[in-house]
Amino acid sequence: MERNRNNEKLDKTILRTSANYLLPLLILFSIFLLIRGHYLPGGGFIGGLIASIAFVLHSFAYSPMQTLRMFSIKPFFLIPTGLLVSFLSGLLPVVLGRSFMTGVWFAESVVVIGAFGSALLFDLGVYMVVVGVVLTILFTISENT
Amino acid sequence: MELLLVILVGAFYSAGIYMMFRRSMVKLLLGLLLLGNGANILIFLIGGITKGKAPIIKPQNTEFLEVYADPVPQALILTAIVISFALTAFAIVLLKRVYTTTGSDDLDSLNIQDLDI
Amino acid sequence: MLLPIIITFLLAFVMLLFKPQKMARFFKFISVIPLLLFLYLLSYLPAVHYGVKSVFFKNDWIPSLGISLDFKIDGLSMLFSLMITGIGTLIYLYAAEYLKKDENIHRFYCYLTLFMGAMLGVVLSDNLITLFVFWELTSISSYFLIGYNTNEEDSRKSALWALSLTGLGGFLMLASFSLIGMVSGTYSINELLTQPGILVNNEYYYIIISLLFAGAFTKSAQFPFHFWLPGAMKAPTPVSAYLHSATMVKAGIYLLARFSPILSGDEVWNYNLMIVGGITMLIGALLSIFHKDMKGLLAYTTISALGIIVFLLGIGTETAYYAACTFILVHALYKATLFLVTGIVDHETHTRDLSVLRGLGKVMPPVAIAAFIAALSSAGIPLTFGFLSKELFYGVTTGTIWTRESVFILTGIMLLTNVFLTSAGFLAGIRPFFGKLPQEFKKIHKPNVFLWLPPVVLSFLTLFFGVLPAIVDQTVINAATSAVFGKSTDMYLVLWHGFNMVLLLSIITIVLGTVLYFTIKPSNKNEGRLKGLDDFSPQTIITNIAVGIRLFAFKYTRFFHNGYLRIYILIIILFFTGIVGYKLFADVPLRVNTEGLSEFRIYEFIVFVITMIAIYIITNTTSRLTSIAALGVVGYSICLIFVFYGAPDLAMTQFAIDTLTVVLFVLVLFKLPPFLKFSNGKIQFRDGIISVSFGVLISLITLQALVSPADKSVSKFYADNAYVMAKGKNVVNVILVDYRGFDTMIETIVLSIAAIGVYSILKYKTQDGEKSE
Repeated sequence: MERNRNNEKLDKTILRTSANYLLPLLILFSIFLLIRGHYLPGGGFIGGLIASIAFVLHSFAYSPMQTLRMFSIKPFFLIPTGLLVSFLSGLLPVVLGRSFMTGVWFAESVVVIGAFGSALLFDLGVYMVVVGVVLTILFTISENT
Repeated sequence: MELLLVILVGAFYSAGIYMMFRRSMVKLLLGLLLLGNGANILIFLIGGITKGKAPIIKPQNTEFLEVYADPVPQALILTAIVISFALTAFAIVLLKRVYTTTGSDDLDSLNIQDLDI
Repeated sequence: MLLPIIITFLLAFVMLLFKPQKMARFFKFISVIPLLLFLYLLSYLPAVHYGVKSVFFKNDWIPSLGISLDFKIDGLSMLFSLMITGIGTLIYLYAAEYLKKDENIHRFYCYLTLFMGAMLGVVLSDNLITLFVFWELTSISSYFLIGYNTNEEDSRKSALWALSLTGLGGFLMLASFSLIGMVSGTYSINELLTQPGILVNNEYYYIIISLLFAGAFTKSAQFPFHFWLPGAMKAPTPVSAYLHSATMVKAGIYLLARFSPILSGDEVWNYNLMIVGGITMLIGALLSIFHKDMKGLLAYTTISALGIIVFLLGIGTETAYYAACTFILVHALYKATLFLVTGIVDHETHTRDLSVLRGLGKVMPPVAIAAFIAALSSAGIPLTFGFLSKELFYGVTTGTIWTRESVFILTGIMLLTNVFLTSAGFLAGIRPFFGKLPQEFKKIHKPNVFLWLPPVVLSFLTLFFGVLPAIVDQTVINAATSAVFGKSTDMYLVLWHGFNMVLLLSIITIVLGTVLYFTIKPSNKNEGRLKGLDDFSPQTIITNIAVGIRLFAFKYTRFFHNGYLRIYILIIILFFTGIVGYKLFADVPLRVNTEGLSEFRIYEFIVFVITMIAIYIITNTTSRLTSIAALGVVGYSICLIFVFYGAPDLAMTQFAIDTLTVVLFVLVLFKLPPFLKFSNGKIQFRDGIISVSFGVLISLITLQALVSPADKSVSKFYADNAYVMAKGKNVVNVILVDYRGFDTMIETIVLSIAAIGVYSILKYKTQDGEKSE
């Protein structure tokens, strides 16, 4: 028994160490993908998926419970938040007197991001929903099996 | 390459359907996934494939100056891929639930007819 | 005229506000409604008789379709509407007492009023479509009336029979009306009357009349649709008295009479009516005397009487029409009396069994007198109204227009029918009231005045019109006959024709009927004899057909809807492959577009080979882990294909999703059952053939699709405007978040639903029997 546990610890040491560094990196990368999506390959879906993979990797190195502990709110709540953000970004032009989901631009051509506007906010909502959905599904399954 | 992809689409469909004919639930799910992949390739192919040119405007330009891949099928497939993940997750959990409830993987054994005149 | 009918309908729903228990006494006063309608209609009598012959009320409804709410009162409408409201008044009075203790009496009055309004609509409408609407309303409201005893299965069943038969007939009638409208260009009966030849000489004439017959015969219970009427006797007796003597079943008669001047003139019309009417009247009369249930007996005599009217309309001479119109009134009066009497007997003694009921005349003399008069009228004894109509029947059948043989046949049938009807009338109206009163009925007291008054009034009218026929023949019957005949008539009823052939026939009828009455003893044995006929009755045949259809549907469903998922898929795929494959090979020349295809490099070919191998492994492995690994390989290969062909977004998504899918499977895999080998080699081979042929078909279709390139205008618009309008350079992303942003939002909602689904399936625990996770 004792040896087994030691073995397991030993097996996971490399994984855990790498996960510790990979998690912030991957999340940064996913945010990078998200915000550059309008100009280059990337966007909310891809960014969200990469971020989820980062957390899944972390949960493999430790355990789903420990990964969950990093969240101050449950990932499940990312879903309604994300939906709300996308919806509000669509509603923004309505406030300005244009029709629903018309693009609204705040600043011309920021470096890398391109034009910053409601489209990016919308993508942010998608990003949050995707992370919320994937993590909810995977953590629920791993908790209950 | 189109011809190879045509063959690939056929292979995906055949394998998907074949798996769906099996009585095992997991095989049914795998078949469904194969069909989904086949459909993605099919859409990609019908939209017309173009080698190497992503539908992205060069940083210094404001419009396309050369040939580019068709963005519409790509947008369609992208959503399809994400949805298929949700579908897979839901289906796999459903299967597991059925398995724990009935203790059977045999689709035929789920066939309980309560119909009678 | 529109206003009274609308008010009637509105009042029907007001009935529902009455509280049955507290207001039981007030239900009698509802009879004011039909009484007022009766008086209102009566006020048009001088105009109909002396003046313009018809009064027209014009109301537009949907002018562009030729549908209007026009109403017209002429002699025929007058005869029917006076009967509906007049007898209706008495029924309303009677039912208030009869159903005094019923807790749903307010509903009963609602249905009854609806029915009366609909019936008035039928006989007064001038527009065919409006007529149809009211016609269906009578079917529906009578459905509720017949099935009034909702807790009896028989009652519900017979209501359904009545509704389905009359509903079917009404449907066919609508088809007939549509044809009439198509051929003549108008739905107005009034306009049709001005151009009678237009329909008779049309090529659709036979279709029109056969569809019309279907409507009229089902409604008027003509052979072979007669069986719903005895079934409808499950209704409360006031309903039977109203619906099955004076109103509902007469609607079919009204229809035939109304269309006589428009559609008669062809032999087919006449022969059809004569044959169907003849059969119905004979069978109805013959079967009636075997019954020992008073209502059953009356039901069959009603069928017979309806047959007589149809028969007379079929003969189609002026005298015949005159006889028909007279008999409509005669029959309504005596049959309503007999039904009401039956209701009283049933109400007091709780039985309608003729073999038990005797001597009731001693305890309820006014009822006995009413019944006696009605029985005499149905037998055609002189000085009753029935005598006059019977004289007319024989006058028609012995008329001079016939050849010698026809006279014998027609008169023979008429004589037989009337002999049976005479004894049936005696059985129902005389037998229960004479003889020795059995011990158990001694305690019965005289029924309430509201019960016995209506039949007495009706029988008084029978006698009154019998002695003084001029009151009705000059006012109503004459006008009605001219409406049916299409020309003005000048006939009148006579009490005494002198000693002739007709009188002799009347006497023979009475004598034979009386003899038969004394020979027949109502008993179970006689009713038992009828049971043998049930096997051949139309009802049994229709029921058998219905059962057969159900059985077929059951077997059909069993075969296709067998609960095996893969069989469903198999059938769908086979069908699809067969149909599309046939179409592809039969119609489209197979072409392969080799121009403009991109050449493949060696690394692409390697990816292709790897994918094919992975697919093969998935289908053939028995290890779950292997198949999932192979699935991962397939996914990454597709990812590479996306990379090769300018879809970096797709490649990234596919890569991420593929990783997550494999993770997902690995998480659940060992909780899932191992692959079992269920099918044998033969089935695998069959499935292999089918799936491969399906795959080949898809490939062929793809090849054909590649021949003609897809329309690029949408893509071009998106690409050209990506930066100009949406300030983005990655067109795929611009489509997702801007052009089709709404779709993406919906998609995120779908994703959320899937997550919620997964969450709830796993978190939800059933109470028992399930292993906890």
